[in-house]
Amino acid sequence: MVQVKMTVNGKAASGDVEGRTLLVQFLRENLHLTGTHVGCDTSQCGACVVHVNGTAVKACTMLAAEAEGAEVVTIEGVANADGSLNTVQQAFQDHHGLQCGFCTPGMVMTATALLKENPNPTEAEIRDYLEGNICRCTGYHNIVKAIMAAAGQDVSRIAAE
Amino acid sequence: MYNFEFVRPTTIADAVAALGHEGAQALGGGQTLLPTMKQRLASPEKLVSLTGIAEMQGVCISDDGHLCIGGATPHAVVAREAAKHYPALAGLASHIGDPAVRNRGTIGGSLANNDPSACYPSAALGSGAVIVTNTRRIAADDYFQGMFTTALQDGEIITEVRFPVPEKASYQKFEQPASRFALVGVFVAKYADGVRVAVTGASEEGVFRWSEAEAALSKSFTADALNGLTVPADGMIGDLHGSKEYRAHLVGVMTKRAVAAAA
Repeated sequence: MVQVKMTVNGKAASGDVEGRTLLVQFLRENLHLTGTHVGCDTSQCGACVVHVNGTAVKACTMLAAEAEGAEVVTIEGVANADGSLNTVQQAFQDHHGLQCGFCTPGMVMTATALLKENPNPTEAEIRDYLEGNICRCTGYHNIVKAIMAAAGQDVSRIAAE
Repeated sequence: MYNFEFVRPTTIADAVAALGHEGAQALGGGQTLLPTMKQRLASPEKLVSLTGIAEMQGVCISDDGHLCIGGATPHAVVAREAAKHYPALAGLASHIGDPAVRNRGTIGGSLANNDPSACYPSAALGSGAVIVTNTRRIAADDYFQGMFTTALQDGEIITEVRFPVPEKASYQKFEQPASRFALVGVFVAKYADGVRVAVTGASEEGVFRWSEAEAALSKSFTADALNGLTVPADGMIGDLHGSKEYRAHLVGVMTKRAVAAAA
């Protein structure tokens, strides 16, 4: 066992982990931050996306020990200070960007990373950036629409499907 | 995955020392190795992470005009920082896997693994890059030695990759849509002394140079110069995603596209 220390959602976090402990296991099992989901465990689906030092990574394909000293942000850390949904989260709710919700934490974290890099993405750029996030419910239409809305684009003429 | 000891040295010397232990394995961004270990297809006793070594990070231009990329530099950083120096290489890096994979996966990890369908080997071979390790410099022509096989010795680390910057280049990838690996990918680079064409994804021997196309393109750098040239289907990869013949055909198509798109 080795001790790891990192900052998670602005707070110091530490714990004893095995070498093989994945970051997502550390977040869910040690810190009980179960908003980060494990969909496939093979780095295909993106349900486990979190931000490490400001960039989106798949927490199922990174060791907890590799995050030593890092700044980690999970879905639990993105809401506004008063607990209300942030712009991206609210857009997902407003535009029905989820059905079962399992992929949603990863979608929101990936969308947030996209908007940081590219504040006004086109529909094609959004679809391209979501390549590593799989949703089996929505057909992506409303997820893409929600992200366009979160970027401040007028989506009123895009059909609700 | 089986358990292992994890170390994250901060110098190349410490990493080399740690890799001297039996059962030790270098870890780049882990985007291939960790899934492989989860499937228990690899079970190192010790993982030596190379991502904590500052001198193996980043992109720069050397005094002799080469683009130098630290071995532990993630694809996303190459995509961003190499864009104005070598756009074709940056474009290749920006289409590996997906955004989250590109934030972790490294150029050194990709070249050390030498997956027959990976993108970076075609850029290194197509550019005549030099693979710099902790002990020596290896020309790309000597480095790739077949599927998942390279000139690297046990415990040898890719510290840097040096790319001569071409006049024009392009990488064209026909993606296998599920994995996003190259079903066939072709890297074409035009230098003052000739054209290089490297093909990934197609051959059972891994990345290779298409010398007939190089000769034709060195005379005339146009897609039409490739008319009538084909690679034999024999020796191509055939699987459920595409037959040998299909891949051989795609080599010609993607090479033409790369020449047409070269900038």
